[in-house]
Amino acid sequence: MRIPYFPGCTLHSKAQGFDASARAAARALGIEMEELPEWTCCGATFSMSADSVMGLVAPTRILASAKEAGKLLTLCSFCYNTLKRTNRVIATDAERRRKVTTFIEEDYQGTVQTVHLLEVLRDDIGFDALAKRVTKPLRGLKVAPYYGCLLLRPAEEMGFDDPERPTILERFLASLGCEVVDFPHKTECCGSFVAVSSPDAARECSARILEVAAKQGAEMVVVSCPLCQYNLDQAQREVRASSTRQTRVPVLYFSQLLAIALGCDDACLHLDGHAVDPRPRLSTWLEQKSQATVPA
Amino acid sequence: MAAEHAMVRFYLMGKPHDVPKGLTIQKAMEYAGFRLLRGCGCRGGFCGACGTVYRTPGDYRLKVGLACQTVVEDQMFLALIPFYPAVKSTYRVEDLPPTSDTLISLYPEILRCVGCNSCRKVCPQEIEVMRYIAAAQRGDIAKVADLSFDCLMCGLCASRCPAEIVQYNVAILARRLYACHVALPAAHLAARVEEIGRGVCEADLDAMVAAHEAELRRLYAAREIEPEEL
Repeated sequence: MRIPYFPGCTLHSKAQGFDASARAAARALGIEMEELPEWTCCGATFSMSADSVMGLVAPTRILASAKEAGKLLTLCSFCYNTLKRTNRVIATDAERRRKVTTFIEEDYQGTVQTVHLLEVLRDDIGFDALAKRVTKPLRGLKVAPYYGCLLLRPAEEMGFDDPERPTILERFLASLGCEVVDFPHKTECCGSFVAVSSPDAARECSARILEVAAKQGAEMVVVSCPLCQYNLDQAQREVRASSTRQTRVPVLYFSQLLAIALGCDDACLHLDGHAVDPRPRLSTWLEQKSQATVPA
Repeated sequence: MAAEHAMVRFYLMGKPHDVPKGLTIQKAMEYAGFRLLRGCGCRGGFCGACGTVYRTPGDYRLKVGLACQTVVEDQMFLALIPFYPAVKSTYRVEDLPPTSDTLISLYPEILRCVGCNSCRKVCPQEIEVMRYIAAAQRGDIAKVADLSFDCLMCGLCASRCPAEIVQYNVAILARRLYACHVALPAAHLAARVEEIGRGVCEADLDAMVAAHEAELRRLYAAREIEPEEL
């Protein structure tokens, strides 16, 4: 199966482990993620301005470039949210569709379905089938799934999962053999881009999420958003330096655990550079055991 | 006597001028009496000093060209944009790492790109300007350098950008970073410089300095412009 793939800027820069591990894992499952030959930033956030169409221009052009396949795969929660919601506007709002498509000079009717890799795993592969493909079950690894906001909300537009009690990550983790740790903060906000304007406020949001996850016994937290990953991981570096909070929970992309469980080459994981090093806990499943000796 | 030269009427900043058909915009302006001191450089399509915007009747589209290369048309409304104010960072390229952070810290406005593609539409060199700004945002220095290679720095992209990006200055930074830190050094260039330093050309140069004009003319006419194969 080949699916056009929109990585987004972050997966080409700060979140290369997300990109590389997802590509390797998808390949192992017989899915070829074909990066769009040309793409720009999606806009990073969905434009909620009703009287301006400028924010719709870039994501519409990206969607239109996948119209032959009718599907566009993405990983980053921000990109997923922006593309999916933009497409909904283009498909349902004739006036804005006309404005945007006239401006970009593309005939596009909103026919492309934006899909997240988790949806492909659920709907095209199936979690039961995925479990059978796992070569290194992550047995005994206690993982808390963290959804954040943008995968799920606004629920009526995203249609991804139950916004209050989502289960897709839980089912995914269970298929890898992990012990899933439920915790009540899994759909709370990590602080998002408030991290730029009020870093303390964002850190507080992230620290609370991690504390609760750790209290429930989580050894890892998995995410699908580069900004959640950054906020949760960095909060531990910074909070630890400045307060009495001592939570130490590595924060991984779901695709990194997937790639490990499918026996992909460790080179795709990019496990270096985390504020809280996940390698010591993952050493059982990593090829290069020596990596795990690097002090956290 | 042959028929009179066909004439065309073009409008420069709103004022009509009748000039013979077939002239470039630059020559048409000179025919009309202008003496070009600025906005006129190489006259060969390379220096980028004479970026020009124009419209023709019945078409809403803004058209562009270099005044030295574009032939004047009847009913053309045009304006030269010889200069457009630009932000330009100063830096020592040797000290900068070739990363997205470098581009973003020196030109943070590249993150304001909304993907409208106005820059591409106005580029007289038909460079994929929006695409290289996208590559700049994600730190693909080699791609920026490659896509922007034919840029003449005429500035028309910057004149149209709603995000106020000065694309060509971002591009030249990327090309400098690429040349300084990414591209492999050319071994043959270093060897040639060393050879010249040893004085390999001195005798030929001395002979030319001593030669008479007739001999110089013969040498010039017989010169090898570009070898077939290196």
